[in-house]
Parts: sequence; C-alpha cells; structure tokens
Amino acid sequence: MTGFQRAIATIGGIAALLASYFAVGDAGAGGIGLVVASLALAAVGLRHHFGIMPQARLDLAASLAGMVLLLSMLDGEMPAASWLFLVACWLSGWLAVEKSLAARSLSQVMSSAVSLAVPVFFGAWIIFVWEVLTIGLEIPTVLLPPPSMIAVRFAESTSILWADFQQTVIKAALSGYIMGCGSAFIIAILIDRIPFLQRGLLPVGNFISALPIVGIAPIMVMWFGFDWQSKAAVVVVMTFFPMLVNTVAGLQATQAMERDLLRTYASSYFQLLIKLRLPTAAPFIFNALKINSTLALIGAIVAEFFGTPIVGLGFRISTEVGRMNVDMVWAEIVVAALAGSLSYGLLSLLERQVTFWHPSNRRKVQ
Amino acid sequence: MTGALSRVFPIATVVAAIMVVWYGFTVYLNAPWQTDRYEKAGIEWQMGDLVRDTMAQERPILPAPHQIVAEIWKTTVQKKITSKRSLIFHGSVTLSSTLLGFAMGTILGIGLAVSIVENQAMDKSLMPWIITSQTIPILAIAPMIIVVLNAVGLSGLLPKAMISTYLSFFPVVVGMVKGLRSPDPMHIDLMRTYKASRMQMFWKLRLPASVPFLFASMKVAIAISLVGAIVGELPTGAVAGLGARLLAGSYYGQTIQIWSALISAACMAAILVGVVGVISHVTLKRMGLRT
Repeated sequence: MTGFQRAIATIGGIAALLASYFAVGDAGAGGIGLVVASLALAAVGLRHHFGIMPQARLDLAASLAGMVLLLSMLDGEMPAASWLFLVACWLSGWLAVEKSLAARSLSQVMSSAVSLAVPVFFGAWIIFVWEVLTIGLEIPTVLLPPPSMIAVRFAESTSILWADFQQTVIKAALSGYIMGCGSAFIIAILIDRIPFLQRGLLPVGNFISALPIVGIAPIMVMWFGFDWQSKAAVVVVMTFFPMLVNTVAGLQATQAMERDLLRTYASSYFQLLIKLRLPTAAPFIFNALKINSTLALIGAIVAEFFGTPIVGLGFRISTEVGRMNVDMVWAEIVVAALAGSLSYGLLSLLERQVTFWHPSNRRKVQ
Repeated sequence: MTGALSRVFPIATVVAAIMVVWYGFTVYLNAPWQTDRYEKAGIEWQMGDLVRDTMAQERPILPAPHQIVAEIWKTTVQKKITSKRSLIFHGSVTLSSTLLGFAMGTILGIGLAVSIVENQAMDKSLMPWIITSQTIPILAIAPMIIVVLNAVGLSGLLPKAMISTYLSFFPVVVGMVKGLRSPDPMHIDLMRTYKASRMQMFWKLRLPASVPFLFASMKVAIAISLVGAIVGELPTGAVAGLGARLLAGSYYGQTIQIWSALISAACMAAILVGVVGVISHVTLKRMGLRT
C-alpha cells in the first residue's frame, strides 16, 4: 500500500463521514439510507488504517453500490450530503483502480482483463457523473440534457437516425473516403517513381494538409449541388493530401540493405513494391487511413451546413439546434461518435492483422 | 546554393503547374455562362475575348488567381482596418480566438500528459478516452456548441476558443506523453545512481527530453486550432471573422469573397506554423539540441 493510495482512502473515508454527518442533519424520507450508506463507505475507506481486508474488490463493490444508491434517489435538487457521498464513491473507485493496477501477481488473462475494464469503468463513471450533475444541479435540458434523456430519444427515433446515417456516413463520407484515399494511393505510387515530383509535391501536400480545407465546403456545394455528391467531393479533397503525403513517406521508409537484398534476388519493380515497399509503408498508410476516417465524417457533416436535402446528420443537427431540441442533437452526436469510433476501431483491428510484425503490435516480452 | 535551388525548383514547378491548371479550369468552368451571355447580347466573339472575359466575371464559378489577389489587396491594404469589410479586421478576430484556444489547449494537453505519465491509473483510464474523444467529429458539432453557449450568455471569443482547445489539446497530449517517456533507460539509470527523486527526474530529465516532441505537436495543434476557430465562426450569424466571411460569401454567391477568405486563412495557417517552427528552432538550439 503506497502513501498515495492511503491518502485517497483517507480522504474518501473522511468525505463519507462528513456525508453521514450532514445526512443526519437534514434526514428526510430517504435520509436514513444515505446515513447508513455513508457510514459503510467511511468504514470501507478507513479500514486501511487497521489493515482489515485490503482487497481491491471491496473498494470496487463499495463504489458500485454507492452509484446504484445515488441513481435510485436521484430527482431534482440534491442535498449537500449526497455530493460528499459522490466524492467518496469516486475516490473509492479510484482506489480500486490504483490497487488492481499495482497488483503484481496477476496472470496474463487477468491483467489484460484489468486493462480493458479500467477504461470501461472510467467511462461509466463519466456518464454517471454527467447524469448526477445535470439532474442534481437542475441544469436546463436545453443546455445539457442528461444521458438518460438522450438514450430515450435515441431509442425513440432510430428510423430518422438510420436515414441520416445512411445519407451522411454511407453515401457522402464513405464514398468520398474511398475515392479520396484510393486516388491518393495510386498517385502516390506513380509519383514515387519520379523523384522530381516527389520533392515538389511533398512540401506542397504537407502545406495543403495543414490548411482549413473545410472552407471549400460552400464552393463544392455550389459546384456539385445540394445532394451527397457535393459532400463526397469535400471529403475527397480533405482525405486526399494526408493519404498522399503518408503513402509517399511510407514508400521511402525501406532501407537500402533490404532493397539490395531483393535486388540480389533479381526481383522486378512490382515484386519489390508488393513484397517489400508496400508492407513497409503499411503503418504509414494505416496512420493516414485512421486520420482520414475522422476527417471524412467532419467534412461530410460540415458540408451539410451549407445546403442539403432534408436528411443527414449535419442537416438534423443544425435544424434541431434551431428548434431547441438539444436531446435530438445529442442523439445525432452519439451516432457520429459511434460511427467515428467504430471505423477507427475496425481500422486498428485491420492494422493489427496486416502489420502484425511491427514492433508496436508485437506482444511485449517481460 | 545549389542545395537550396534544388529544393526550391521542384516546389516552384509544382506550384506553377497548379497555377496553369487553375487558369485552365477558370476558362473551362466559366465559359458556359459567358457564351450564354454573348448569345443573348448577340455579340460575335473570338477565343481571345472568351479567355479575357471568363477571367473578369463578377461572380465566376471559379475565380482566377489574379482576381483573388486583387480582392485580397483591395480588402486589406485599401480598406481601413476598422472597416467591416477589411480582411485584416476579420483575420484578427479569427486570430485572437485561434491563439486563445491554442494556448488553453497546449496548457491542458501538457497537464494531462504529465498526469498520465506520472500516474498509472490516469494512463489506463484516460488515454483510451482521449483517443475516443477525437473520433467524435467535434468540428461538425462546433456550431451547436457555440449556439448553446451563446444561449447561456457565453459569447464572443471564449466559445470559439473552446472548440480550438478541444481540437488542439489532443496532439499535445500524444506528443508530450511520447516525449516524457522518451529518455532512454541509460539516462534514467544514471539519474537513479545519483539518487534523484521523482521530482528531480521529472524536471531535469523528462521535461527537457520532451521539448522537441512538444514543439512538433504544437505545429499540428496551431494549424488545427485555426480550423476550429473558422468553423466556430460559421453559426455566429456572419458577424465577424474569416468563417463569417465564408458563410456570407456563400449566401450571396460572392465566390471571389469566399476564395479570398480561404486564401487568407491558408496564409495565416502557414505563417502561424512557420512562427512556431522558428520558435522551436531557436529554443532547441539554445538547449543545445541538434535540429
């Protein structure tokens, strides 16, 4: 047990004790439950000073039980005691994480389970705190709706969300992404053969990928009309240069030794390309693909602000903001975030399959 | 000298080629409208007339580069800075929120990186969510955030700067975490033999080692926070800023205005990245690092 862990435990215990003190002060109908729970939490936090049952499991259970209790008594304004209780729960959860990460004698399976569970636990806490804060502080829903309200709205309007998803993500972003990345990939392989173009195009490409390209959205809408084609065009331009620059850099990443070896095997240009240079370039290419997956979504949604048919994520966001239906806007944001995270995750998985040999993907040897 | 020339020459060629293609497209894209006009007016026209006139339209589909340059010249040098039509006025509005957001993002990013490197629980629980945060297309929902913050009475510089902050903290976190972990085991062992405390290890080894990484990420961060500021200006009802110019231009079909705002934004991005580059070069040189 480190000093830091002991400090967390002590502060948590004191916060829980204070919570029980205040809860006794203004004990309402549900007050008794809070008093008992706070005392229990204080006992869990302060037990470390007496060396009783130091397992992380107990802290985790205390934290989860506290979350459930707070959720069950959540309506409108919350008394001071429950805020202290929230802090104590948070610290208890943190302590559980600290302890389980510090544990040394964990099996391979257990330690990978812990490193997966910790971020999930943290995410659950963020959503929980969001819910408690918005309801407990009575924040107007126009400003920030609680997650439960967003979830209800999401479940109610799946058909609208699906239509918007198809319009923006599948038609505009995905088609633009494939065209942009594909053409950049082919051009990169072509200019790779001409050093002069390389030296000229790379700085220009680097420059352009730092530019605010979203700004061309109004121009593209003017040129290609209101439907998804104009959005796809924006996406093509946005994704083109990162892909070009990264692919060219990746194709140059081979070492002279490796190239010489293949040359001694009398390999042709295409054999050299396919067996050595493209695999070496793969980490660079995947890097660009990942960057582009978010850029494509951004481009498609922002372009919809400049004119669109009456469907699409960007259209829905801008109109529902105007109608103050912020929960619908958040539901759309959830769709966008899911699409973004999902594509990123899929690309990472694919990358791990393709570049299994790369040092960053090899299992660490202890 | 030949080294510099051999670097500049290919770039100049590519830029020249882009210009040629641009002029070609100007004629090609603007020609239908122009020939239509000739027919209506019953004017006999030669190829030379067409080329000249397509480059002098008031609302062309694609303005010629010299038209854009003329427009930028007109709206920067020939207008008073206080005028609502001065690009310098709009540019300075965008620049101020860019810089504020960049500063906040850098500070936030450094703080997060330090806590991630120093605390394992922070590393495990925060890092995946920081990466996830960037898969949310924040730029796309930026206008909504601005409108909502305006509704609470937060208006002006801060909401726009917050978009820039959200975008720019990410590269700084990633770069700084990498940098703070970059000292090699030999150096760390050496510090241990000196019985260096955790704080000393941080201030004397980790922090100096992270500076090159910090500057590299700051270059990305400042470019991205400019994008954030421009998109943040889109919904403010076209009041001020380069983004507002873009929106106003697209409402009234003023293509030259759109392009001039776009080109000035591009120049601003280049200058900002260049300035960070120069500061980085000077600092690293004074720290005795080879650059």
